[in-house]
Amino acid sequence: MSILEDAKQAVKGAAQAALQSAVQMAPDSWMPGGRPDPLIRERHGYTGRPVSRVDGAVKVRGVAPYAAEFPLDRMTYAALVFSTVAKGRIATLDTAAAEAAPGVVLVMTHRNAPRMQPMPLFMTSEKACGGNDLPIMQDDRIYWNGEPVALVLAETQAQADHAASLIRVAYVAEASVTDFGEAKAHGTEPGQFMGQPLRYDSGDAEAALAAAPHRVDARYTTPRHSHNAIELHAVTVAWQGETLRVHDASQMVAHMAWSLGHVFGLAEDQVHVTSPFVGGGFGGKGLWQHQVLAAAAAKLAGRPVRLMLSREGVYRIVGGRTVTEQRVAIGAQADGGFDALVHTGTVAMSHHNVLPEPFILPTRSAYASKTMKLDVEVAYLDMVANTFMRAPGEAVGTFALESAIDELAVAMDMDPIELRMRNEPDTDPTTGAPFSSREVEKAYRDGAARFGWAQRGTPGSRREGEWLIGTGVATATYPYYRMPGGAARITLTRHGHVTVDIAAHDMGMGTATAQSQVIADRLGVSMEQVTFRYGDSSLPGTVMAGGSQQTAAIGAAVVAAHRALVTELLKLAGNDSPLAGLDGDAVGGRDGGLARLDDPARHESYASILARAQRDTVVVEASAPMPLETMHWSMHSHGAMFCEVRVNAVTGEVRVSRFLGSFDCGRILNPKTAASQFRGGIIMGLGLALMEETQYDERSGRIMNPSLAEYHVPVHMDVPAIEVMWTDVPDPHTPMGARGVGEIGITGVGAAVANAVFNATGKRIRDLPITLDKLL
Amino acid sequence: MTPFAFTRAAATDEALRLAAAPAARYLGGGTNLVDLMRETVERPATLVDVTALSTAIEPEDGGLRIGAGVRNAALAAHPAVRRDYPVLARALLAGASAQIRNMATVGGNLLQRTRCTYFYDVEGSRCNKRVPGAGCDARDGFNRIHAILGASQACVATHPSDMAVALAALDATVHCTTAQGTRTLPLVDLHRLPGDHPEIETVLEPGELITHVTLPALPDGTRSTYRKVRDRASYAFALVSVGAALRVEDGRIADVRLALGGVAHRPWRATQAEAALRGLPATRASFEAAAAAELAAAVPLRDNGFKIELARRTITAVLAELSGVDA
Amino acid sequence: MPLTVNGATVPLPDDPRVSLLDLLRDTLHLSGTKIGCNQGACGACTVLVDGERIVSCLALAVQYDGRAVTTIEGIADGETLHPLQAAFIEHDGFQCGYCTPGQICSAIGMAAELGRGMPSHVTGDLAATVVLDADELRERMSGNLCRCGAHNGIVAAILDVYGPAKVDQEVAA
Repeated sequence: MSILEDAKQAVKGAAQAALQSAVQMAPDSWMPGGRPDPLIRERHGYTGRPVSRVDGAVKVRGVAPYAAEFPLDRMTYAALVFSTVAKGRIATLDTAAAEAAPGVVLVMTHRNAPRMQPMPLFMTSEKACGGNDLPIMQDDRIYWNGEPVALVLAETQAQADHAASLIRVAYVAEASVTDFGEAKAHGTEPGQFMGQPLRYDSGDAEAALAAAPHRVDARYTTPRHSHNAIELHAVTVAWQGETLRVHDASQMVAHMAWSLGHVFGLAEDQVHVTSPFVGGGFGGKGLWQHQVLAAAAAKLAGRPVRLMLSREGVYRIVGGRTVTEQRVAIGAQADGGFDALVHTGTVAMSHHNVLPEPFILPTRSAYASKTMKLDVEVAYLDMVANTFMRAPGEAVGTFALESAIDELAVAMDMDPIELRMRNEPDTDPTTGAPFSSREVEKAYRDGAARFGWAQRGTPGSRREGEWLIGTGVATATYPYYRMPGGAARITLTRHGHVTVDIAAHDMGMGTATAQSQVIADRLGVSMEQVTFRYGDSSLPGTVMAGGSQQTAAIGAAVVAAHRALVTELLKLAGNDSPLAGLDGDAVGGRDGGLARLDDPARHESYASILARAQRDTVVVEASAPMPLETMHWSMHSHGAMFCEVRVNAVTGEVRVSRFLGSFDCGRILNPKTAASQFRGGIIMGLGLALMEETQYDERSGRIMNPSLAEYHVPVHMDVPAIEVMWTDVPDPHTPMGARGVGEIGITGVGAAVANAVFNATGKRIRDLPITLDKLL
Repeated sequence: MTPFAFTRAAATDEALRLAAAPAARYLGGGTNLVDLMRETVERPATLVDVTALSTAIEPEDGGLRIGAGVRNAALAAHPAVRRDYPVLARALLAGASAQIRNMATVGGNLLQRTRCTYFYDVEGSRCNKRVPGAGCDARDGFNRIHAILGASQACVATHPSDMAVALAALDATVHCTTAQGTRTLPLVDLHRLPGDHPEIETVLEPGELITHVTLPALPDGTRSTYRKVRDRASYAFALVSVGAALRVEDGRIADVRLALGGVAHRPWRATQAEAALRGLPATRASFEAAAAAELAAAVPLRDNGFKIELARRTITAVLAELSGVDA
Repeated sequence: MPLTVNGATVPLPDDPRVSLLDLLRDTLHLSGTKIGCNQGACGACTVLVDGERIVSCLALAVQYDGRAVTTIEGIADGETLHPLQAAFIEHDGFQCGYCTPGQICSAIGMAAELGRGMPSHVTGDLAATVVLDADELRERMSGNLCRCGAHNGIVAAILDVYGPAKVDQEVAA
């Protein structure tokens, strides 16, 4: 990152720090969420009920259209050629055979690609979402092993694939850094995340550590991971005059439209991105080079293009989670109270992205400690830009932190839950902000009782035949985020039908279902009268499905739009209505109309209000307030993760036999879909714990297992029945009292498994994944 | 995928005739060959579909005759296999997924190619098996899944089949045919060690077709099983697997057949361990000593040294299980 | 005999490289059959051929002349969902929905295999009649990856339709 960028980040960081301190001092009532959402009290509606998915039928019938499933006239099919060196120049590029191959429509390389701006790098402006900011086929330079160097369009996919295999490329390789050790030797830089340094110091933690009567100090390592959504990244694009139509698999349609517009010099409304169904994202379905290349090729060819990356292609051009090396050291008094908490380490990053895997995030607000030292350092490699993957930071950070807590508990002969409870903070340990809601103890208490934690044995004490059995526990944690940009449009018809439009996403999280429940309750109509429209960049709002923040972002936008609707309806209702003279704050949706909150008899139906006003529809649109609540309060979800493993004494094979997650995530809007989110996170966590690793060959910078056969994700046989439960304590300061549930499930799992493995075998594994060779 | 001509053989002689075309390959279920063609590792000019040939499983000479076109699932489900050759049924059921077992044939399974990731990386990696003389990027790269026995400077790849390991342990015979006539081979002689020519994986001549495999009867009192150790609980290739048949009489090992998977360029018949075991008392100590004898020649690479210990333990555990000795 | 897909006769492709999967998706626009790896490693493309489950990505369409292919689009009885489709919705046996058609086709093929007495890797006694419990089911369904982590719901849905009720309670708990 350049000096200029550093300065910008620092200014942004300083401004943010000043703002944060002002917001923290302000009264609660000035904050979004300062007045609890009235829906928190609603206990008789749809909210909180296990409603089945509204899009279930089309999915089980196989008729839900995903990005590669929009047939267009004169469609062409694309295939890519990827570089095989990590850095250098293209020396020769022979495309003659490909151009002559049957069915070929276009061969695009840096020689004939249209001039385009680099993708605007994610988080560098409000709607920027590029995975990297490199030139895309603009010259002969190579920046990573796997970079696209040629694209072929043909009449069929088979023809395109074959022609691509005929392209011959020779490179002049230049000195590159592909070895993590070498990169560290070149020097590291402090990590920056969302404008703030990934560093925190309170007191002299090293001195306190050295002086503490009990301490652990260990190094933990985690490998690269790939999202591996089962749907391959795909895009279907067509130019309609100067308008670019994009059917994408995206978790950020509005960002996509703006960012693609930037690349091609178009206004954002000249790019229309839709993404009604997305076959899994997990942070990986953003803007990468394939969408840009498809649009560029479509422009050159004058025909629609479908580009579906091969599985190898996904690994080559879509980044994943990067490698981390972490040190966690804890010094404690005899009663378990922490004197020192140190969590530092180094991550690998490319020069062209913004995510130094922020593994200290969970540590910032987890435990009280007299001193603290947190630091993420970055070592730069010539590699595909790493990116956000489910719970970036927390997923791997909790592995180190929560393993170390367990190690300390073992060293002190103390129950690891008790040790954690003794270090529960009263206020946020690093910001001092009050917690909006924190029910960690309840989550542990309830979970421990249900799991049967009390029956736990000493390490190595339980065995059935060849199988050693052990249990472990760890804390899961993920912040409540709400990103700026939320906006929603409500259209209410005379028949009481409600349509809510927002450029948000449902990749299977259950967004459309849960939000339809909430909207029905908020407006006092049945779910059948609600249509929730999403996944379309032409709708209001800029709402990313990321950071587990969609529920809150949509909720706050709908609250704002609903407030506008009520104001408009009261105006229309006029003086002849039972609602005459009431303030917007005093009324809410009920029984197909508006009613006074504390006197529901004062009610008028929407049909009646609109009829009297001679209106067929009322349309309102409003934006959510800035998310200042996240600076005013410390807002986090938690979970207590209990795991039982069986480790084969002969082969070292690890099987998870039981898992229970006890969560504190505010109010659960839909227990059916939320349970699936929790379980899904936990299962991805089991993969992280036991088998997942993207093999990056440090000699060449090439990913060597770009395949679902060689990159192992859990199969059915690896997944036991997973129990999930929750406190269901509403957060008084969030829309609906809810906090996100999408990412917390993966956090804490790595440590819960590692701690259980220790309990089973007496072996402490600090290097993920816990494969059998480490247990022989 | 490189363009090719597709042909289908209704009889063996037709298959041989069709396969005489340049760069022709036989096609079974396609579960490996089609994948390799899509990766352009394989670029046949002609495919000869032989799945209609020899699809029967029949008793023969007290043993079993298995057509090369028999699907893996059908073979695993066959009552005689489940009853008389549990090692084979279990090896088949440990392989791939149910969908793939419904497609894959016996002949194709035997001829499937290695899972070495450098072998698969046509554009980006060197591989002597793909391009003779190019070099081997696996030897000093990711080689956790690679060979510990019988490897060469040129190649450290392993054979990925489970079924072939069981067949090796069962003294199976492979029946092949060419235009010149038929021949039989002990299954353990079908696959080669890599040596200086890892691109030549079997002793089959160009155009030679595997028609069927025969299994001899196992002596009464023989017990057999297959154990596969892998990185996840299902649907993964073996890190190490052990196929074994054992007969114990009066506490002594009367007969033992032992083969290992995931450790070498071919299914590894553990002849040294077998020799060490015959006549010995069926005890843990005997099994451990035999495993050690077999693995004495094992050579670890950067990432796969654990396989030596894993193979030792798994051999011991399998023999202990078959002999009823406490594990 | 021609190739049929969901009962309709379908011409074989001229290009033998076309996989059964590509034929379904690109030519017939039956895009319910999904593509997740194109290398037989994920099961998203599972279809039934004469009632047997296969991965259509590794199947050259020309090899399936004369065979009857059933895809997810051919599972329901018109407007009425197949019981397994309904069970997937009830038990939340999916999130993104992308692996779902493959899971459903695979489970139908699995039920047929059970009916024929097919053992599995976890079957204890190869000679005995197989009873579908959660472990048998998990092993038999392991050829269908799900990245959203809907495994518990998938298992519950399948047991609801094909398994003994008592096992269902264990998994659904």
